[in-house]
Amino acid sequence: MIVNEQVAVDHGLKKDEYAKICELLKRTPNITELGIFSAMWNEHCSYKSSRLHLKKLPTKGKKVIQGPGENAGVIDIEDNDAIVFKIESHNHPSFIEPYQGAATGVGGIMRDVFTMGARPIANLNSIHFGSPQHKKTKNLLRGVVHGIGGYGNCMGVPTIAGQTCFDSSYNGNILVNAMTLGLVKKDKIFYSKAAGLNKPVIYVGSKTGRDGIHGASMASASFDEKIEEKKPTVQVGDPFTEKLLLEACLELMAGESIIAIQDMGAAGLTSSSIEMASKGNLGIEINLNKVPCREAKMTPYEIMLSESQERMLIVLENGKEEEAKKIFDKWNLDFAVIGKTTKSKKIELYFDEEKVADIPVNTLVENSPMYDRKWKKAKLPKKNKIKKEDIKHLKIIDVLNKILANPNVCSKEWIWQQYDHTVMGDTIQKPGGDAGVVRVHGTDKAIAASVDSSAVYCWSHPLTGGKQVVCESFRNLISVGAKPIAITNCLNFGSPENEENMGEFVECVQGIGEASDYLKFPVVSGNVSFYNQTKDEGIKPTPAIGGVGLIKDYKNMITMDFKEVDNLVLVIGKTEGHIDQSLFARTILDQKNGPPPEVNLFNEKNNGETLLKLIDNNLIKSAHDVSLGGIITAVAKMCIKGKKGININKPKYLINEIEYLFAEDQGRYILEINKKDFKKVADILNKNAVHFDELGTIIENELYINDKTKVTIDELSTYNKSWLTNYMSK
Amino acid sequence: MKSSVITFPGSNCDRDMDVALKKFGFKNKMVWHADAELPKSDLVVLPGGFSYGDYLRCGSMASKSKIMQSVINFANSGGMVMGICNGFQILVETGLVPGVLLRNKYLEFICKNVFVKINDKKNKYFKNVNNEVLELHIAHNEGNYFCTNDQLKEIEDNNQIAINYCDENGKIEEKFNPNGSIKNIAGIFNKEKNVLGMMPHPERMIDTSLSGEDGSLFFKNLINNLK
Repeated sequence: MIVNEQVAVDHGLKKDEYAKICELLKRTPNITELGIFSAMWNEHCSYKSSRLHLKKLPTKGKKVIQGPGENAGVIDIEDNDAIVFKIESHNHPSFIEPYQGAATGVGGIMRDVFTMGARPIANLNSIHFGSPQHKKTKNLLRGVVHGIGGYGNCMGVPTIAGQTCFDSSYNGNILVNAMTLGLVKKDKIFYSKAAGLNKPVIYVGSKTGRDGIHGASMASASFDEKIEEKKPTVQVGDPFTEKLLLEACLELMAGESIIAIQDMGAAGLTSSSIEMASKGNLGIEINLNKVPCREAKMTPYEIMLSESQERMLIVLENGKEEEAKKIFDKWNLDFAVIGKTTKSKKIELYFDEEKVADIPVNTLVENSPMYDRKWKKAKLPKKNKIKKEDIKHLKIIDVLNKILANPNVCSKEWIWQQYDHTVMGDTIQKPGGDAGVVRVHGTDKAIAASVDSSAVYCWSHPLTGGKQVVCESFRNLISVGAKPIAITNCLNFGSPENEENMGEFVECVQGIGEASDYLKFPVVSGNVSFYNQTKDEGIKPTPAIGGVGLIKDYKNMITMDFKEVDNLVLVIGKTEGHIDQSLFARTILDQKNGPPPEVNLFNEKNNGETLLKLIDNNLIKSAHDVSLGGIITAVAKMCIKGKKGININKPKYLINEIEYLFAEDQGRYILEINKKDFKKVADILNKNAVHFDELGTIIENELYINDKTKVTIDELSTYNKSWLTNYMSK
Repeated sequence: MKSSVITFPGSNCDRDMDVALKKFGFKNKMVWHADAELPKSDLVVLPGGFSYGDYLRCGSMASKSKIMQSVINFANSGGMVMGICNGFQILVETGLVPGVLLRNKYLEFICKNVFVKINDKKNKYFKNVNNEVLELHIAHNEGNYFCTNDQLKEIEDNNQIAINYCDENGKIEEKFNPNGSIKNIAGIFNKEKNVLGMMPHPERMIDTSLSGEDGSLFFKNLINNLK
């Protein structure tokens, strides 16, 4: 095939990008080379629109062993233990083929983690769907859930937490973000940097097939009506092979033979080989006839661009090939020496004794395009005034029931019951709480993890929204008694070529940066997914934040279920009555404008750290952060979980009762304490200048405000638990 | 007491079982599926997981593994063999216990706590367990036990049903059946009751910090019965 500008454009490259390739090579690339450039230079692999802004994120900290730039981030959890973790998107493939798209998303992120030598110990996910009424939503949800479960369950890694949201902006572009945490010894972390000359380059895992060719390019384009034709670009997952690959890799890693290892993810053999060569400042030579192929007569182009799953590339020490091969033979996996490291600093590919590609590595990596895209700053919307006549007819209990049954608040048990969340025998906090918690096997330590997004806030004001998501992650970890350590982010946005969308990206990233810097909660890994749009319609900006924290003694973990009658319930953090962009405003008042709640980073940090002090002093019986639906929704969930009621005190607050109960002001938690500890708790809160309200007392099975405003916990529970099950069974 | 846990390609509860057996005093060995000989054992466990990816019928490939001939011989000579979840599926494929395990009635994987009623205590697995009802944990996609009417009659005549899904008070009703199993069957024995296959995972219930402690009860009792 003759390569020209049109062929390059068909590969998703811009005309000036093609000109730059010709200039860098000082000749016209052949088709294989063009394929390699298109794979490396697309948005998904090159971060060409985002790199400039991502650089501003805080990525360092005392506990950070490895920040962004490797397969995943690594943090120190003491005693020579480290946690490797990352979140990644698989949005485009999941919309086209929900089961395989979601499954391979989970498979890919687990590979990123065990590539670094860590055994995966927990999976999480953040999934966003269109409106429940949209004709595609139900099938997409079912497919995605089956796919996530199908892969994670087979791998034997528990899925311990997640979030599911619905909003019509995802009608044409769902989001599937998968996160994995792995455990590794600090001195046994593996990296992707090749080193040494003439070292064997090894291919292990599944055979290479024609699936997923140009997957990364597909993920770098908007959708149109012909999207169904892209089905063949979706990879097909084989979790069984991945389980074998995991065990085989960990077995090999126990020895000393690996110099570098990299999984073949997006852009397969292309990006893995180039990444290793680039980091090691070396060249790599590959004989493509040696690559194990699933199908006959695959061309060099197809072999290099295939995104077949469950494959790894390894640079071994010389002379260790036999020893390594034995391990992969034992696990029935392909093992092939396909090339070697060279000093050429080029990627040189041979096929049928002919040289089919010859590209200097730096042209693909350092010289890849980087854009300073135009972007528009968002204005802070004007605050709405709530009119008395709009709310005076509302009955609190009716509103509460509606909110508890709202698709974004309701119980997601139908989903997480389909995920094995208890395998590995260390899950001490299951899905449905503020964060999932797993013990570090054989120790007293436990790791808490949560994943959050607040697309509505980000859409309304990206800077505030970006800050808020980080704070919410911080609060979720603290609510279970964990000290927050670091985050990973998955930045899901529309087209970077659209100034508004690009502005959302830039300002969300700025917000994330400010909050993570202030809270000492650095970003150690992540992923950007642009072009989440169909034709001209983009999604709401949706950065998803995966937070990880440490509980030093797992016996001190906190859960949100109310524990005991007669205990006191407090709200910490000040309630100003911010209703704009709250679930109450959006669903009850049908009012969709106005600013999101303000984020005060000082209060977030102070309130959170003070709560950790209370937990350290054994003063907290249960805790839950206040988020969607405000105080009363948070309290109702604690009642439902604990099968207990609450007698809410006669209001002393200055604002309207509805505003008090449903406002979504930030930095707040609900706490349950023993009556006898009240003075101690109040002293610590006062000493640290943390505002608190005495909300009520725990009683048997009723949420009681006054004789006219009361409801049984069973009724609340039914509203909360039935929406999703009913929806999916219709 | 010596135990052996078989690791098949795709087993993923083998480590959890190893941890549980050791916690309650077994000297456990992990045995590779391609080995020919079983080490000397008082108990052999086929663990949960997705042997061979469950790509054919669950358990069918694993039932033909090299080690399985030794396991079958061991069982036929009266040795204690327990299959949990995928291990149960492997056992039905070998024919050591009757019946088959179909896909769950609602076609979904289910991971949750369940209650099971012990149907028969005249065997080494449940003898001396004080409780009538245990709270255990299930996590499976194919746990819907099925057999022919003739087989069912034989199973019932021989008292081969080990445990049934029930509520916390031991009431056995369809609404407490998580997967559509015939007669709410959660586990069954062979005729001689030295082979037990069950869907629930006792190894996930050995700690108050985890799902609960009824698994501890099961293992403590089991090792005492074997002494």
